Amino acid sequence: MNPNNQNDPRSPKRFEWIAEARKVKPIVLEPPHDIRSGKIESRDRQNLAGLEPYAGPWERSQVRHLLSRVLFGVRKSDLDYFTNLQLEGSLNKLFEQLPLPDPPVNDYEGIDENAKDPHVGFRESWLNAPHAGNKEGLRIVSLKSWMIKNFLEERPNIRQKLVLFWSNMLATKIWDVYIAKTSYPYLEMLHRNAFGNYKTFIKELTLDPSMLIFLNGAANTKEAPDENYARELQELFCIGKGPDAKFTESDVQAAARVLTGWTVSWEKYENEGPFTSRFNVWAHDTSDKQFSEFYGNKVIQGKAGFQGADELDDMLDMIFENNETANYVVRRLYAYFVSNEITDQTEEEIIQPLAQLFRDENYELEPVLRKLLGSAHFFEQANKGVLIKSPADHLLGLWRTLNVNRGGNGLQHELRVHRSMHWQMAGIGMEMGDPPNVAGWAAYYQAPQYDKAWITTDTITRRAGNTDSLIFWGFWIDQNLQIKADLVSFVASLKDPADPNSLLEEVALLLHGLELSEEVRNNLKSALLSGQLSDHYWTDAWYAYLGNSREGSNERIIVHTRLQAVFRQLLQLGEYHLM
Amino acid sequence: MKRRTFLRHSTHGLAVPALLGSMGFSPYRNLASLLKLSQETDRVLVLIFLQGGNDGLNTLIPLSQLSALNQVRPHVILPENKLLELPGTELALHPELKYMQSLFNEGRLRPVQSVGYPEQNFSHFRSTDIWMSASDSDQLVNSGWVGRHLAQDHPEFPENYPNETFTDPVSIEIGYSSSLIFQGPSAPMNMVINDPSYFYELVDGVEGPVPEGLAGEKLKHIRLTARQSQLYGEVVKQAAQRGRNQTDYPSNNRLAEQLRIVARLIAGGLKTPLYLVSLDGFDTHDAQVESYDHTKGEHANLLRQLDQAVQSFMKDLELQKADDRVLGMTFSEFGRRIVSNASLGTDHGSAAPMFVFGNEVIPGVLGYDPIISPNSTYADNLNMQFDFRAVYASILEQWFGKSEVDRHQILYKDFITLPILRNEVVSTRDRFQDSAPAIRVFPNPIQANSILEVEANGEPMRVDLIDLQGRVVKPLFSGILPKGKQQINWPAGRLPAGNYVVRMQQAGRNQSVKVMKVQ
Repeated sequence: MNPNNQNDPRSPKRFEWIAEARKVKPIVLEPPHDIRSGKIESRDRQNLAGLEPYAGPWERSQVRHLLSRVLFGVRKSDLDYFTNLQLEGSLNKLFEQLPLPDPPVNDYEGIDENAKDPHVGFRESWLNAPHAGNKEGLRIVSLKSWMIKNFLEERPNIRQKLVLFWSNMLATKIWDVYIAKTSYPYLEMLHRNAFGNYKTFIKELTLDPSMLIFLNGAANTKEAPDENYARELQELFCIGKGPDAKFTESDVQAAARVLTGWTVSWEKYENEGPFTSRFNVWAHDTSDKQFSEFYGNKVIQGKAGFQGADELDDMLDMIFENNETANYVVRRLYAYFVSNEITDQTEEEIIQPLAQLFRDENYELEPVLRKLLGSAHFFEQANKGVLIKSPADHLLGLWRTLNVNRGGNGLQHELRVHRSMHWQMAGIGMEMGDPPNVAGWAAYYQAPQYDKAWITTDTITRRAGNTDSLIFWGFWIDQNLQIKADLVSFVASLKDPADPNSLLEEVALLLHGLELSEEVRNNLKSALLSGQLSDHYWTDAWYAYLGNSREGSNERIIVHTRLQAVFRQLLQLGEYHLM
Repeated sequence: MKRRTFLRHSTHGLAVPALLGSMGFSPYRNLASLLKLSQETDRVLVLIFLQGGNDGLNTLIPLSQLSALNQVRPHVILPENKLLELPGTELALHPELKYMQSLFNEGRLRPVQSVGYPEQNFSHFRSTDIWMSASDSDQLVNSGWVGRHLAQDHPEFPENYPNETFTDPVSIEIGYSSSLIFQGPSAPMNMVINDPSYFYELVDGVEGPVPEGLAGEKLKHIRLTARQSQLYGEVVKQAAQRGRNQTDYPSNNRLAEQLRIVARLIAGGLKTPLYLVSLDGFDTHDAQVESYDHTKGEHANLLRQLDQAVQSFMKDLELQKADDRVLGMTFSEFGRRIVSNASLGTDHGSAAPMFVFGNEVIPGVLGYDPIISPNSTYADNLNMQFDFRAVYASILEQWFGKSEVDRHQILYKDFITLPILRNEVVSTRDRFQDSAPAIRVFPNPIQANSILEVEANGEPMRVDLIDLQGRVVKPLFSGILPKGKQQINWPAGRLPAGNYVVRMQQAGRNQSVKVMKVQ
């Protein structure tokens, strides 16, 4: 390396040059200290594999890594299934086109004292009904619970994990919009485009009625242009805030003018039928829109009449011709699926080639995601266990991994359960459908904390409350219903539950992002053996249970109490929160 | 940490003056490091984040500009006869800010006009980061100004925290997630709580070694947070149990709910010096006002929440007798555009006023009134008068006694400090390290009469006696002394025993010495 060569990626000079180009005065901050040793941390990440297809062994640890990133929680059955499929087959399965989930219906009628929809009855669809006034909240909670249900129940497929991703990156706030029949089509759009074409996606998003309402596009007129959507379209949805994202304030203003005239069918608020977007010719600014040098000084010709609506396509062409769009989207996907740490090497060897692929494939998402998730880089040891579980990964993942029986049946029962999970997740920092603002959850973008932000002194204890309640006294659904995990049945589904070593290893594999040290494993085993030294105490207890497995039998209680103690500890270990 | 321990000993030592000699109590050698008043005074700063960009021109209205404002922001302009005038100024408050008006009349509200920064960024997220990190507009800084301020006082945090000396959280954010403002150079300095009486005991199990790399870094964060949740959680819960709110707080007011918790923790004796609370919804692109009545609408609702929450909070503190040591400050990522839009709202703008409130503020408005051109166009924005970091610098200096060198380290630059607080605590390591002290008190400890020896420079001078809450107990001297070494008699026989600071202010130099009064 030549330290003075500005083009050498490893030269410190290069940073000065980049800083100069960005007019950023680099700040000399103290290097991060290793809290424990007081030494400066130096992570050698220079020799990670690139985008070449992963060709190593396809064993449970690789399968677990992939599944933990693309599903909510890793289930034993999925682990077995995907191990058999090999990598190629696994990706085919994960990217299978699924039908849309059944849309939500009135499942809330009579569930509480005042739960009465003014327009539709029990089991009926509210998607085309007039606004429910002060009862709209019933539909909103029903819709959010429907999201939870899909996360829990969809067949093993990457789609739901992407629905969460897009609901964060292309965010609306359902409570702010407060018209559930516009938020359902928004969520449906996230499903349809989850790994489809990003340009199509952004066009649909721009004209989505709930987005038009959320970011004030519906009030954007030539007399009073509203910049809200025009700004986020560039800053959060396409161009981003990378070092080379140099769109200007005038670009925001010009984009706002391109979008003048688009609004929604407000009359549907009190009438039957879905909201649609529409173009008001009179409200459209027909003058030419001049963009900055960043967009090659592009001028979008102002058009009169209904042709004014076509200016949107011209503008999206311009935005997608800019390299930053692919760079930005790929960085976001990488941070979500692989690691929030994007080193210079990652930028050059992973992000840039993937962004090029994204452009070459005309902004199809699937080839990019497949390439990334099937790459040798993805399966590098250094990328395992580096993400902290979001509240969805933690809570819904745990329900899925432990195969917790949600009991009961019927629409209302389902709503009660999913609604409770929804509020529990909100209590630990992630309310589905309502990220804190249009930028999404801070854990997905705020440096330097990133996903560490999920874990605060408050949420860490609440997470333990979630796990303990599932193990001991029952996860709170409502006054009349608390649900416990059946640990004995869960363990019985494992490979060799009679062997305490195998049992612990498999449970840790399913639940933990990192391997446990021997000391910790021994400690857990000692809980399983009630302090006895020989493994056969557990084995004997297990066989005794198999001999008398009915509910309430002594033999069952013996294994159950020991499993409770072990799971309590397992789920409070730091490794549990990693994936 | 040693410093603090020493001070505790010396405080106990008061009862046993003989001990003092052996502790080597010399104002010139040890006091410099002793006098970290930010840690010793129990002073509290409560930051109120008005999220979304508060419309300054509809919060603090320049009455002299009303005709221009009527022309350029017809959609949101407030009716003149409803405005709350501030006596002695040409300004008025939004009709919902009734309590702020009375605070102002009592000399307890210090509005700072047109605060912002050069090259305004109009993105919520960038601008929030800029305000929280205290960076230039085009700088990316991954830590917060409060975090850096606290890290100066607690360089080893979070390792070995809490400990015997620092038992309480060093800062608290009410909410669910951690803001950039608290991020220190290596770790976040805050505890996040939303219910102070919630405490959940975790298993104290065996933990394995932390592996190298990013996964290990995250594992360390999780373990440390878990440990702190146990240690601090217990402390906070106890404070919440001890503390009682002395007033009612309005219901359905998200800010009041948060300030109620802060007041309760202060009442419970928590020594945490910094709190962040927030109220969101200020991004009033539309429906900022109602078309039929501009005094109603989203903005009015938000300001009412702010006003009523602060009212209850201040009343609570007064009844707890904690009002002298608590300071409040509002901030928002930007103000809004001068020209309003047709959807009865305003778009992202630039400079806006900040409110600093508490018993120690200098009464009156700081800064001149903004001037609005009747020909303003949509793209026009208010010029800033004060860099937001000058406000931070002033608070750091005048509330927490941070020296110029410390402030530079926190804010990366030198900012002129503004006259915001009246009883500024002056205590700086640097100043004590002057080889020629400008003020000396002897004998010290004081029993009856004492002598102040000052190095006068012929300029007007003040000498004040200050307590450890930073309040002036007694002015000792005010006037001009001839150049050179001068002595002032100080009959201190009736002063109650305890620790004090004698502060001398003279053009160009401020100096303080710590003194002890014994019986």
